Amino acid sequence: MTDLRSPVARVRGLGSAKSGTHHWWHQRVSAVALILLVTWFVVSLILNAPAGQANVRAWVSSPVTMVMLIMTIPFGLWHAALGMQVVIEDYVHSEGMKIGLILLIKCLAVLAAVSAVVAMLRMAFGG
Amino acid sequence: MAEFTLPANSKIGVGDTYKAEGATNIKTFKVYRWTPDDGKNPRIDTYEVDMDSCGPMILDALIKIKNETDSSLTFRRSCREGVCGSCAMNIDGTNTLACTKYIADVPGDIKIYPLPHMPVVKDLVPDLNVAYAQLASIEPWLKNESPAPERERLQSPEERAKLDGLWECILCFSCTTSCPSYWWNGERYLGPAVLLQAYRWIVDSRDEATGERLDQLEDPFRLYRCHTIMNCTKTCPKSLNPAKAIAEIKKMMVERAV
Repeated sequence: MTDLRSPVARVRGLGSAKSGTHHWWHQRVSAVALILLVTWFVVSLILNAPAGQANVRAWVSSPVTMVMLIMTIPFGLWHAALGMQVVIEDYVHSEGMKIGLILLIKCLAVLAAVSAVVAMLRMAFGG
Repeated sequence: MAEFTLPANSKIGVGDTYKAEGATNIKTFKVYRWTPDDGKNPRIDTYEVDMDSCGPMILDALIKIKNETDSSLTFRRSCREGVCGSCAMNIDGTNTLACTKYIADVPGDIKIYPLPHMPVVKDLVPDLNVAYAQLASIEPWLKNESPAPERERLQSPEERAKLDGLWECILCFSCTTSCPSYWWNGERYLGPAVLLQAYRWIVDSRDEATGERLDQLEDPFRLYRCHTIMNCTKTCPKSLNPAKAIAEIKKMMVERAV
């Protein structure tokens, strides 16, 4: 479709969304949280990597590990979903495809986070 | 999706070569040429310039080519001293002003293209209408509802100092057209030049519309397409820092929201 709107009309478009700051802020906050959480994860594996399935289950089931993992995995997925949304908004210009992909990314992130937490709870309490 | 290859009618071919007969001190310029009149694809013309009879700046060479070799070569220029911003173009891979860029600073052949990713009017002249409309959209003038004082509106030296590094912008759009986010979302992302201008009014102590200005900018596309890669700051021919201005706007957004 030929666009004969004036440059001013094109630039003003639908106006300001008056949002976006929380997305940006949450991305930074989750990044800082992940610096601490991922550092804990890597250091604890270096110091005391559990060998074999039984030991891994015992390690995950310990209260400190589980609290830290239940923070690390959802925080990581949240940060990843926020970041993927930025990439999609940068490069995907068809509105339908853009909204569809953002919803898909968020659904996958929630699914993965819930699955991870359920798996850990089952290891600790499921027997 | 974003396009990563040139469309068929934008693929650049090889054009004519203009020799500098009899010259001994030669510099070669490879210049982007396109005209809307002949229906042909863009081409790169090669001009040999006799440096013994040419001024030191890229703009001197372009003017010499236009005067003596090929009068059809089209470019904007006015002040020839880095104040008007007309002769912004892509020289040796970097957006800068032809009038303040030394020929001697470019090793080898000098490649000259129009500012990237803007529609081309002709040769080195880009269409900046959307960028100018974006500047108009941030309303770059003092907004003040208090009764006008009898004399000037007062500003402390410290308040005035906050405008340094902002008022010097000449709106050449070298920064905006160096920004990939602007390439991919140029109609929705305001770009570094316009955001620096917006910050120039946001931070002006005499202006009373700071909140409204922030309201207008708070948008995933208008402001938050900036991912702080700092191409803008690197390329600015006036050595300004648009990336810092954008970061200051983001800080104010957080300050009022969190």
